[in-house]
Amino acid sequence: MNSSTANMTSTHSSRYTILDRPGFRPYALLGKWETLLALLFVAAFLVNGILVPNFLDPYNLADGTFNFSEKALIALPMALLIICREIDISVSGILALCSVALGLANTHGVPPALLLPVALAAGTACGLLNGVLVTRFALPSIVVTIGTVSLFRGLASVVLGDKAFTGYPQLMADWGQGYFFDVIPREFVVLLAFAALFAVVLHATRWGRRIYAIGNNPVAARFAGIEVDRYRLVLFMLTGAMAGLAAYLLTGRIGSTRPNIAMGWELEVITMVILGGVSIAGGAGTIGGVLLAVLTLGTVTYGLSLANVPGIYMTIVIGLLLLVTIAVPRLLRGRKVAK
Amino acid sequence: MNMLKQRETLLACSIIVLVCLVGLRSPVFVSAASLSNLLTDSTLLTMLALTQMLVIVTRGVDLSVASNLALSGMMAALLASRHPALPLVTVVLAATAIGLVLGLVNGWLIGYLELPPIVVTLGTMSVYRGLVFVLSGGAWVSSHQMPQDFIAFPLTRFLGITHLVWIAAVAVLAAWFIARHSRFGRDLYAVGNAPSCARYVGIPMARRLLWTYGLSGAMAGLCGFLWVARYAVAYTEIAYGFEFTVIAACVIGGISIAGGTGSVTGAVLGALFLAVIGNALPVVQVSPFWQSALTGLVILAAVLINARDAKHAGRQILPLHLLQRGAA
Repeated sequence: MNSSTANMTSTHSSRYTILDRPGFRPYALLGKWETLLALLFVAAFLVNGILVPNFLDPYNLADGTFNFSEKALIALPMALLIICREIDISVSGILALCSVALGLANTHGVPPALLLPVALAAGTACGLLNGVLVTRFALPSIVVTIGTVSLFRGLASVVLGDKAFTGYPQLMADWGQGYFFDVIPREFVVLLAFAALFAVVLHATRWGRRIYAIGNNPVAARFAGIEVDRYRLVLFMLTGAMAGLAAYLLTGRIGSTRPNIAMGWELEVITMVILGGVSIAGGAGTIGGVLLAVLTLGTVTYGLSLANVPGIYMTIVIGLLLLVTIAVPRLLRGRKVAK
Repeated sequence: MNMLKQRETLLACSIIVLVCLVGLRSPVFVSAASLSNLLTDSTLLTMLALTQMLVIVTRGVDLSVASNLALSGMMAALLASRHPALPLVTVVLAATAIGLVLGLVNGWLIGYLELPPIVVTLGTMSVYRGLVFVLSGGAWVSSHQMPQDFIAFPLTRFLGITHLVWIAAVAVLAAWFIARHSRFGRDLYAVGNAPSCARYVGIPMARRLLWTYGLSGAMAGLCGFLWVARYAVAYTEIAYGFEFTVIAACVIGGISIAGGTGSVTGAVLGALFLAVIGNALPVVQVSPFWQSALTGLVILAAVLINARDAKHAGRQILPLHLLQRGAA
């Protein structure tokens, strides 16, 4: 009895087997969320391509990316935050405040080349405030950021009043609405570059593994020697900085700062992240999934807008997608529901 | 002395101090007319904060209240404008019923499918908001399209006090009864404090959550009618972003987002506090642009104060002397 057990486990040196990663099983790939999203994306693309005239026109397709590139840039760090069990509701407020900072800097004669650092610095500062409140005072991030979203947007509107900042330099317009080689939108290239960067950091570095560890069990992560609060602080600052970058691009694209800039974006950004398969309970999700969700939503939006469907129908589509995507796996699992 | 009680007294005192300070600066603010106006302005926020409190106590959050309010309000306005002969009671009941159904959808998804509340209500929030546009075709329903008694109802006075305040007072009493004296309400606290224990002691969690969100929805529906009737206009963007104000009122009132704690008094005081700030700014000639920034600061201050005595988050339900006798 003893010897046979020893034989069975002879390949492993200990009683417990902890695999670094599960073995590769092709059919398991089918059940993955990313595969479903990819199928959804292809289906949306094909349906639009067949039903909507001019959908496949490369110039139109390129233009269609402008609608989601800035939001998606914020969705990337938001995914990291949500994997870490935190959330940042204040991103649209940070964006508005950064845009106001850009306007102030611009009217006070800051050279165009220094405007991007201004936006990034303003965003990082906002993120720092969020991060300090969450980590130093041990407050729940959802409450803190509900407070700071009012604060940031309020400060932006105090500075802005009922006016608007305009007259931004050409450099910003170039990045906000310009193209590489006259066909590839620069914003989209920026998005792809950052998505690649975030994917490498999250999936191929120790920092990324630690983020998952924190999301899975913050207390255990702390016991394992991970500086949980430092990671959280940095992620909040990173989210702020990316919101600053998005503010730079958005302000350059629309050429002005208005009081209602990026109103309601926080919910769209969070929707992108959750639709991308990132669990709101933390510890699970991939950048690839988020990017696929962004592209799927972008395709659907763009197809509907080409078909002259009013934009607000999109909110129904997005909401239903969100509900269906989380409800269907739950219903399929078929576990008897608790009464 | 109960810490939670102290916090509520603190909040009540700061409201009184705030009102007095503003009154010193401009005496017109403390006139009876102005204060009664303030009370009327705070009613919708108060009523929504009450049911939001019950939701937050269960460790949930209902982000869809403002969209639900807009949808029920728009449907009530459309109903009243298309069928002017309909008695007002029917319209009110219809709005409440619509809100209830929308809330039950949330509750079913959260209670029976066990989906995370924040995601579910984020989704239904978008859907309900979109449906407002679909139903109305994007058009406004303005005052001249609505029947006279429909518009007049919220501000009509009964015994010198507006209907809005009466309804809010009834809502406060009902919420107090539910939270403190009904098994339903006590179960919600149990669910929020320790969900797995609540399941073990046999609390029907799914059913409780279903009706908590249903209650939140019904209140949003009623407020939808009152909102549309009071401002005499219904449009797609009605109450846009109001869900955060409601949650803010709860947070200021000391209701912990982690669930299990919170009182009706806290929710009411939180809503009153926000209403006082909103009404005082124009009186002391601070630009209204400051309102949002100040609200943010107040929320942050409130959560900091709440965090300071987070050690005392558990509410002592059994009298302490009984426990001590048991231990001895």
